[in-house]
Amino acid sequence: MSESHGGTWQRTPLYEEHRALGAKLVEFGGWEMPVSYRGIMEEHRAVRTAAGLFDVSHMGEIEVLGPHAGATCQRLTCNDVRKLANGHVQYTLLCREDGGVVDDVTLYRVNEQRYFFCVNASNIAKDLAWIQENAGAATIVDRSAVTALIALQGPAAVRILERLTPLTMSALKSFRFARAEVAGLPAFISRTGYTGEDGFEIYVDAPHAVAVWAALMAAGADDGLEPIGLGARDTLRLEAALPLYGHELDDQTSPLAAGLTRFVKLDGEDFLGRSYLLHEQEQGAPRRLVGLKMRGSGIARQGYPVVFEGATVGIVTSGTHSPTLGEAVALAYVSAPLATLGTLLAIQVRGRAVPAEVIPTPFYRRARPAPAAVPVPEALPTSGADDELTEEVTTDPVAPIELTVPVDEADTDPETDDVPPAAPEGES
Amino acid sequence: MQVPETLRYSEEHEWVLITDGVATIGITDHAQEELGDIVFVELPALGAVLTKTATLGVVESVKAVSDVYAPIGGTVTTVNERLTSNPEIINEDPYGEGWMVKVSVTDTIEVDGLMTAAQYREFVAQEKA
Repeated sequence: MSESHGGTWQRTPLYEEHRALGAKLVEFGGWEMPVSYRGIMEEHRAVRTAAGLFDVSHMGEIEVLGPHAGATCQRLTCNDVRKLANGHVQYTLLCREDGGVVDDVTLYRVNEQRYFFCVNASNIAKDLAWIQENAGAATIVDRSAVTALIALQGPAAVRILERLTPLTMSALKSFRFARAEVAGLPAFISRTGYTGEDGFEIYVDAPHAVAVWAALMAAGADDGLEPIGLGARDTLRLEAALPLYGHELDDQTSPLAAGLTRFVKLDGEDFLGRSYLLHEQEQGAPRRLVGLKMRGSGIARQGYPVVFEGATVGIVTSGTHSPTLGEAVALAYVSAPLATLGTLLAIQVRGRAVPAEVIPTPFYRRARPAPAAVPVPEALPTSGADDELTEEVTTDPVAPIELTVPVDEADTDPETDDVPPAAPEGES
Repeated sequence: MQVPETLRYSEEHEWVLITDGVATIGITDHAQEELGDIVFVELPALGAVLTKTATLGVVESVKAVSDVYAPIGGTVTTVNERLTSNPEIINEDPYGEGWMVKVSVTDTIEVDGLMTAAQYREFVAQEKA
């Protein structure tokens, strides 16, 4: 159960904080990271009902700079970069020519000559090589090692963060970011996350990570803020049906099979993998990612076979006991004809075929505050809320309030623009 | 970590208590701590004949699946059905209400191959090192 190691794992700037908090530390993607502090269930509940603080500094931040930055980002990604205005964030994918996913990432536009990717920790080296190889005339800078990333997630996130920053956090829309001070230190605050809750991802220079973490922990103490490890991060994202690279996505899986069609803009500009994806779209992906709920006793786990009428028809990519639902759910690839809602399949759990039903995703959707009882302006984007990543998509019944510090104009200090988080939810 | 003196322990972190030829078996406090919140328990069928080190059942936490091995051979006479609907009992009381199975022991001499409390404490300390 406990493992020893040779001390070769990387540590984030917050490593000593985790130890002081009594975290259980594990290896993840080459990093020594907290898997839990007080227990996954309790941490999971804290994020759903109050707030949680996550150290995700292991994630990578890669900048794309210069007059050709936008063109390079477009060539590298499936989503439509033209839709990104300054201060906007987009969930997108880096695809290979054969349609396989190099990584799923978030792309930030600071200004037209400065973008950055937030990439998965285990993929930093691969992504950097891929991005450099396809950089064209843009300049690529890897800021992963000098950037810390702290996620504050949960219904209390807005009120906690507002205690530490001069900006009105409720005015920062989903999938927008702004430069602002947090606890007096320069930061990028992004209204994004990987939990299915409202919240923020906060980029700071690595030397400021401890101070910002400590300030957030203190500011949230009365609101039930808890430190959250990777264990609950995984159950939270799975309930929200957000893909995890290495599970739902990999070099052999296309974003169309993964149900990420909303983030693949085949009718827009050209990008790496577009020809193949056009072809796949015409043919129809042979397998589809589905949500499953166990109808018998057992928990599906990654790698368990999915069976139908005695034949293997798919494979589980992620599965757990859902703390919120109190039952076992899973994501799995199954052959396309069996991906219909309501289909009764089975999952091989240690030799037993346990019934499992195809159900809609996400498994969990947070309750939204009821819109004000005034007519909502018609111009609001209604975005195609047609799949599991739709969550965070722009809905904003309140008149938008401009942030006091537009990111595009604040960009004078390259040392503090860092990068990105990783988590997708909406933004088409 | 609690390690009651009255029990014997396996290297796979099971505990055994033998009373009148019947072994009560569960997982240790250390094991439940390492696993975290236990959400699923699979128990053997009544009458199942287990050889020492055979898979006796499965304990799953939110995060991980862990096999439980028979620390001693025998025939399953009772299983703790309460764990099926309340697996968290193992976290709360691993040496008491969280027991998993009772086994009619084939050969009580096998107990001698298990660790004492002092040996188990030492074993866990070494595993952590």
